[in-house]
Amino acid sequence: MQSNRTLEIGTGLFVLLGFAALLFLTTQLPASGLKLGGQKAGYYVTAQFDNIGDLKVGSPVTMSGVRVGEVAGIHFDSRIYKAVVRMRIDPQYNEIPDDSFASIQTEGLLGGKYVGISPGGLDTYLKDGSRIDMTQSAIVLETLINKFFASFASKGTGDTEQSTDKEPRK
Amino acid sequence: MINPRPGSYLLGGIRRLGAVTVFFVRLLLRCVPSLSRPRLLIMQVYNAGARSLIIIMLAGLFVGMVLGLQGYDLLQRFGSEEALGTAAALGLLRELAPVITALLFAGRAGTALASEIGLMRATDQLTAMEIMAVDPLGYVAAPRFLGGVIAMPLLTAIFSMIGLFGAQLVGVQLMRVDRGVFWSQTQGSVDLHDVSEGMVKSVVFGIACSLIAVYEGYHAEPTAAGVGLATTRTVVASSVIVLLFDYVLTAAFL
Repeated sequence: MQSNRTLEIGTGLFVLLGFAALLFLTTQLPASGLKLGGQKAGYYVTAQFDNIGDLKVGSPVTMSGVRVGEVAGIHFDSRIYKAVVRMRIDPQYNEIPDDSFASIQTEGLLGGKYVGISPGGLDTYLKDGSRIDMTQSAIVLETLINKFFASFASKGTGDTEQSTDKEPRK
Repeated sequence: MINPRPGSYLLGGIRRLGAVTVFFVRLLLRCVPSLSRPRLLIMQVYNAGARSLIIIMLAGLFVGMVLGLQGYDLLQRFGSEEALGTAAALGLLRELAPVITALLFAGRAGTALASEIGLMRATDQLTAMEIMAVDPLGYVAAPRFLGGVIAMPLLTAIFSMIGLFGAQLVGVQLMRVDRGVFWSQTQGSVDLHDVSEGMVKSVVFGIACSLIAVYEGYHAEPTAAGVGLATTRTVVASSVIVLLFDYVLTAAFL
């Protein structure tokens, strides 16, 4: 019954692979699914922002444009009404000054958001559990456009346009 | 049989549609009893699924890689190459994986089914079964049909997964899109709804392709030319039906 065995093993492997693929697609792809995969090395720091835009878990953390880590978690702190971003920094970048400055920036014009860190001047360094105090929120394009139109209108003929520049959102 | 009246083509088409529908219902009725012989079913899942695995995986990898290249080229013009993961995942899950898997399935497994059953018909094996009081519809057709229906969604899932890794391979390794961005953007935009759309499509395509293959084989003219014709018609009819149903299903899901 040699051929029967290969047949059963082949079918079994195929079905197993198919269901594994299905499991991957349903659990790993949607953000709501449960996540597998182990912890990566590095240390964790947090920063509080007024507005994170569409920063997502997995977005890069950069210094001078070089990737030094990634966003590990985002949650809203309802006591201080701010978004708390937890970042994992790669272990080799262990000399980032304590008073560094974290800002949320945009890749390209419409691209995804990332966290940029500009170094401060202190001799003490960020370590696991540290908090970056100085932060700048994401620049939301719509707010910017609204501001621009507001200043444009007040400079120009009058404030009549100010009420009309906001289109109803779909 | 050449009929000179022009209306007869229409009538012939309607008759064929009716014949396929009646065959489908008869086949469905035989499906549950045929489950009592799981070995036959396993053999057909192996034939239709496991033996199509290599070509599906290869096609998936290259479709994903091409999607990565084309998507990157298109998206970097707008400076938003981090949307590559989203574009590749949605394209694969919703459209490319079910359709290309179904087309390959029709070419690889559908033709094999049609010619196998057609040859059984041509060599009077089906008639012999009937004489021995073995129902050929339940013994030959139903397990092959069910095997195809089971194999198709699994093949589609494998195609999607391999394709996504192909896109990741080109996008992240070759074109240097950030890995974290690639996956987080993908996970941020892919819904369970998108996965289920692909799966529903693949089940429908599986039913359509297997039904056409089994029907054409079962009703093949018992000659060498007849078997060849049945094989050709299987591929043509399956491809057209798959593309047609794809439009209808997409419209229904949007």
